[in-house]
Amino acid sequence: MKTNFSRRWFVKGLAAVAVIASFPGAAFARATGAFKADKTDSVVNVLFGDLPIEASSQITFRLPDIAENGAVVPATVATEIEDVTQIAIVIDENPNPLSAVFDIGESSVADVSTRIKVGKSSVARAYVKSRGRVFMTIREVKVTIGGCGG
Amino acid sequence: MTVKPVKIRGRLKGVIANIKCLMPHPMETGTRRDDAGELIPAHYIRTVTCLHNDSEVMTAHWGPSVSKDPYFSFKIKTASVGDSIKVSWVDNLGETSSGDIVLK
Repeated sequence: MKTNFSRRWFVKGLAAVAVIASFPGAAFARATGAFKADKTDSVVNVLFGDLPIEASSQITFRLPDIAENGAVVPATVATEIEDVTQIAIVIDENPNPLSAVFDIGESSVADVSTRIKVGKSSVARAYVKSRGRVFMTIREVKVTIGGCGG
Repeated sequence: MTVKPVKIRGRLKGVIANIKCLMPHPMETGTRRDDAGELIPAHYIRTVTCLHNDSEVMTAHWGPSVSKDPYFSFKIKTASVGDSIKVSWVDNLGETSSGDIVLK
């Protein structure tokens, strides 16, 4: 019985390693602290390394121009670009600019929506990673009431 | 605090399933102070995993700057009636919750 028990743990360990390995991008982001970075440049560096960032008009980044309540700002990122593996939302002026990273599986559409906090008026960036290339689009959002000061 | 389940709504449009989720959660940033001036500890959802018929289709990694009681929607390319959708999250304190539906 005892050997059985330890073997089960070994198998579980293998399974855990497999799960982490199957999503290297964002596991990497978490481990290396992309969410802790306090500048957009360092967020991008951690997420995408040396890959060049290409401005793209093929990304639809929906965000209100003026947010009355910075604590709840609806954001949608969608794109026609094929084989998207990752989408990231970054708000330059937030204390930690990286808001969210989405790992897009093969069977899901590159179209995600959520709501984020925006501390003060800021440049917002949506990044899309596909086939080893990184595309970005920029929006500006004006905030009339802060989202982080409470 | 009791952990509340994830609320999910799924709608099929042809073969594409539009999934919308609401996750009741405080999403504290760790930088706010209470009335006594004490820092309120950070408490936020870190990882959201979405399963379609038990296979992973989407993972969201969040920082504390996602809004309180997060809303999240995404789309699945090829879905049909009777498919199961499960969404679960883990927060920075190790708490976890989930919700599931069957598409119809």
